[in-house]
Amino acid sequence: MAERILEVKNLSKSYGDQQVLHDINFSLNKGEVMTMLGPSGIGKSTLLRCLNGLEDFQTGELVFEGQTIKPSAANWQQLRQKIGMVFQSYDLFPNMTVLQNITLAPIKVQKRSKQEAEAEARKLLKRVQLADYADAYPRELSGGQKQRIAIARALAMHPDLMLFDEVTASLDPEMVRSVLDLIKELSEQDHMTMIIVTHEMNFARQIADQVLFLDEGTILEQTAGKDFFTNPQTQRAKDFLASMDF
Amino acid sequence: MDWQIIQQSLPQFAKGFQETLWLSFVGIVGAMVVGLCCSLLQYFKVPVAKQLVSVYVELFRNTPLLIQLFSLYYAFPVMGLKMSAVTCGIIGLVFLGGAYMAEGFTGGFDGVSQTQIDSGKALGMSNWQLARYIVFPQGFSLSVPSLAANIIFLIKETSIFSVIAIPELTNTALDLIGLYYRSNEYLFVLVIAYAIILIPLSLLLTWLEKRVRYGTFGN
Amino acid sequence: MEHSGISVLFQGRNFVRLLGGLWTSVWIAALALLFGLLLGALIGLARTSKNKLVRAIFRIYLEFFRIVPTVVLLFLFYYILPRQFGLNWPGSVMATIAFALWVSAEFSDIVRGALISVPKVQQESGLALGLSKWQLFIYVLLPQAFQLELPATINLATRVIKTTSLLMMISVMDLINVGQQIIEANNQSHPTAVFWIYGLIFLLYFIVDYPLSLWSKKVARRKQD
Repeated sequence: MAERILEVKNLSKSYGDQQVLHDINFSLNKGEVMTMLGPSGIGKSTLLRCLNGLEDFQTGELVFEGQTIKPSAANWQQLRQKIGMVFQSYDLFPNMTVLQNITLAPIKVQKRSKQEAEAEARKLLKRVQLADYADAYPRELSGGQKQRIAIARALAMHPDLMLFDEVTASLDPEMVRSVLDLIKELSEQDHMTMIIVTHEMNFARQIADQVLFLDEGTILEQTAGKDFFTNPQTQRAKDFLASMDF
Repeated sequence: MDWQIIQQSLPQFAKGFQETLWLSFVGIVGAMVVGLCCSLLQYFKVPVAKQLVSVYVELFRNTPLLIQLFSLYYAFPVMGLKMSAVTCGIIGLVFLGGAYMAEGFTGGFDGVSQTQIDSGKALGMSNWQLARYIVFPQGFSLSVPSLAANIIFLIKETSIFSVIAIPELTNTALDLIGLYYRSNEYLFVLVIAYAIILIPLSLLLTWLEKRVRYGTFGN
Repeated sequence: MEHSGISVLFQGRNFVRLLGGLWTSVWIAALALLFGLLLGALIGLARTSKNKLVRAIFRIYLEFFRIVPTVVLLFLFYYILPRQFGLNWPGSVMATIAFALWVSAEFSDIVRGALISVPKVQQESGLALGLSKWQLFIYVLLPQAFQLELPATINLATRVIKTTSLLMMISVMDLINVGQQIIEANNQSHPTAVFWIYGLIFLLYFIVDYPLSLWSKKVARRKQD
């Protein structure tokens, strides 16, 4: 029996009187990769941001590693060390070198020694094939390079779960591959548990253990493995897959 | 234009020049300190203090320095608080400038992008760590243009000190005009004196803005 | 407390006189803004001209007003116009001219900034419709620029109003000058009048300026959304 890492129960969220997430339920086992697919708009990213407390929600609960999360600021701050997140706009800290970007949180938040944090950061840099860029500033890097650094920065915290929010959406097509390959490698070699919001259908098909198909804030399909792509159940999912044309 | 008259007045203008410089310097440093403290109180949303700060900022930003000086110099003594003209001038400049600087700093802190703050949060940073490593360094650099404009503004505002007879540049010129009735020459020297202070300074500040911006954001 | 200074505010026509002084200040500020904004729009356009010399001249014009403190500016007009050019206009007229020129310089920079930030496509699509350059400026660029820079323009207005406090220095019967007269007249009988009069003047300036500041902030926020 696989170990359950995250469970989302009856989660609903609204902005004012506009409800954006309707009664979301799903669970995720350790080592699994879930992709969230669906038409653009609010919903997928908002859900992802609820999972590490960047957005709050009105009803429902989250169970992470067997514990129900009490949604206080201090609690979330602790939990975020175990739940890494990478954003569409990479958002490296522009005033710090690559190495400082990666080591800032391990040193300041996790109080690890500078030496150890830097040694690990250099290992991570080698892994994302940017070993020569430790002392570079973000402005000297391409988008794809920045995004790989952002992933390394999240990994340096030793998270148990990683959230990827459309991480290739602002990249040049040639750069997309390097980032997707890295995420694939994380799944295959490290068995990292991940939730990925993406529009890269081929990638999703290759990597997903579970697919969550959302439209207008509601889960329309929750399919194990690759079934979603070969045998979508709802008309909306069929239309969506047809429109993506991959 | 009589160059002889100009030449004879130079020692007096030199004194006024010094006075303007040191008053500006003290006023600007004080204003920066007051402004920074106020914007920190606002950033950390300290209850009560935060509201007081916004009342202070609005009051001083929306009234002229001249009436602030008159109140300090003429009105406060009847209520038992007597201060020298120079003290009044410095207090006035510091609190006027403090209100403007507070706006400048706060504008910078507010200008830090939400996605930067989100990435910090996603790394598990506390509020204080977010402030210390993300909001303050980037926010300070964003506020430099507005702080620079305030510095120039405050130096020019010292000219209003002349109304309470502080012997700075403008007061020196007005005195000389009153004494010798030669306005062209003295006003000419006065304008040149301000140009000598402000032109190099504004060039320096523009250069600094670019450096800080590049150092922080790389563009 | 029959000798309390606060009573001076409402003695005789004092309060009305103070409001009259405020009216003079606001009136001068309004005229200066009107002329200054018109002239500034033209100078702003000139500063986007292709002619280097034109640009340089108006750049120097702007820098002059940026460097010279407004007090000094007032004195330049107050002393030099009558003595050099024999123009013996009242102080209020000279102040209006001085402020209008100052406003025109500051506003020209605002207009220029807005003009160069209006997307080029807008200009090209205007020209493609067959508008003349002048029509393009009046109907397309200026309205957009105005909207873009409305907060900065309102801020400029609040600065002009605050700057009217300097009018007393060239003996215009403005708010502060009226206040000083009332203070002098009552100094013997009501020594604390000075406190109340200056307090009231402080408040009156705030009452005029604060709504403008709020408006400018509101417009700026709307622009961000």
